[in-house]
Amino acid sequence: MNIDDKLALNLYHVDRESHIKIDQEICYRCPHKLCTYLCPVGNYTQNGDNNVVFSWEGCLECGTCRIVCDQGAITWAYPKGGYGISYRFS
Amino acid sequence: MADTEKFDVIVVGAGPAGTTAAYILAKAGMEVLLVERGSYAGAKNVFGGIFYTPILNRLIPNFWEEAPVERHIKGVKIFLISEKNAVSIGVESELHNQPPYNNSFTVYRSKFDSWYAEKAQEAGAMLITNTVIDDLLWDGNKVVGVKARGEEGDVYADVVIVADGVNSLLAEKAGLRKKFKPRQISLGMKEVIELPREVIEERFHLSGNEGVEIKYIAGDATKGIWGGGNIYTNLETLSIVNWLSVEPLMASQHKSVELMERFKKHPFVRNYIKGGKTIEYQAHLAPDGGYDFTPRYYNNGLLVAGDAARFLNASIHYEGTNFAMASGEAAAKAVIEAKKKNDYSARSLSYYQKLMNESFVMKDLKRYRKLNRFAEAYPEFFNDYFDAITQAAVDYFTVNELPKRRQEFSMLKRFRSNLSRYHASVPDGKHHRNRLTRAFSRICPLARFIWLCLRGGIAFT
Repeated sequence: MNIDDKLALNLYHVDRESHIKIDQEICYRCPHKLCTYLCPVGNYTQNGDNNVVFSWEGCLECGTCRIVCDQGAITWAYPKGGYGISYRFS
Repeated sequence: MADTEKFDVIVVGAGPAGTTAAYILAKAGMEVLLVERGSYAGAKNVFGGIFYTPILNRLIPNFWEEAPVERHIKGVKIFLISEKNAVSIGVESELHNQPPYNNSFTVYRSKFDSWYAEKAQEAGAMLITNTVIDDLLWDGNKVVGVKARGEEGDVYADVVIVADGVNSLLAEKAGLRKKFKPRQISLGMKEVIELPREVIEERFHLSGNEGVEIKYIAGDATKGIWGGGNIYTNLETLSIVNWLSVEPLMASQHKSVELMERFKKHPFVRNYIKGGKTIEYQAHLAPDGGYDFTPRYYNNGLLVAGDAARFLNASIHYEGTNFAMASGEAAAKAVIEAKKKNDYSARSLSYYQKLMNESFVMKDLKRYRKLNRFAEAYPEFFNDYFDAITQAAVDYFTVNELPKRRQEFSMLKRFRSNLSRYHASVPDGKHHRNRLTRAFSRICPLARFIWLCLRGGIAFT
């Protein structure tokens, strides 16, 4: 089962703008790009040009990216009240 | 909310820590505001799968008669697994089928936390949902309220209890702790898998509302990363968890998403979930590393409880919900004492620390600190040694034409060479302090194994 199929099962109230901001410049230069390995929903992907592409729609607000980013590229906040994931069977 | 409105207490976060504090304080007649960022209490909460309830049962006796619980947990089965072999041990009791059901229940937090927050409301607390608290309000060096995002604005109180979960941005902003380091945290991923009730009961040997937990300790469940896996039985679903310590996960260069999928397909896991349909996917962080990383958890006009203060025993028991409730209760008691004196200074609120030190929470965290250090210092014990142990167990029961004594001898020989091969393969400095310890481990692998068992045993006791 791939991650997109899993995320399609979840109930989200997606905000128009992202609660997490990343600095593309810093990510481009990041030597490890660990967020692309560790994010449990695969929200961070590396494209061919060494860029990190980020999408927030499937975010589970776990905070892993915030912990593993040692480059200071991530500005992390919770989504607005009521937005983001709403678990029903957690 | 009018700017001038002031509460006795504001509690941030309607999880088990925050709601327990709000419930007790409201019962004591205080004006309590309980703030939750989700649309309902439990909307953002994820746990492994068992809600431990000794404190809840004291606060609300026989709560299971009205609370939305799934199954009571009568036993646990623990697995050590390698790629092809497994050893397991099961513990269960018929007595756990009677109240208080060993204080262990599977629940859906999305339903259970809502029920519990309602109990706090009935006791007189005011609950507002859909509200993110972005910061604390200070008057000099004293916390005097909270800053809510959006139209709610600033709200004031004599004291603020921060129970906003593992990421606690508020505890960081209050300067009580820094951002967690990867070694202080675990990542848990969980799927909830739907199966007919009869299938679950047959598959796990259950009747009525009985439930079990299946635990996989590190080894091949996590590709050797410190962590583990779990399966919990709900009424009509299973919760399957894979949790990984973040620092070794970073070093491994494995993708967390793929490790979860791999765990589900593992030969000793897949048959439990066979034919099931995933209905939700969850992920959450958990504080790991225990006592040594406990931050300061109070200040002038401020108390921190639950995961936000790292109150969780990840080592062996995976207890967290009861730690959260114990800290919520202790925080509430400290606030009640402070109100009597009308003194909310850190000195007055330090009663919270005293209560925590006397409770099972700090005692357990302290006791298991060595086990966490052991797991960190000797990763081979939980990884490669598991391969050797499970292989030896399988060899012991292998049927062939050899007399048993020779079979046992070859089992030991293979066990020894497995350990030795492992010690030859790892580089110096990784699992061995120097070349000497590596040479020793190669020549006398059994001695090293026994020594590590002793070390592990000492760390555990």
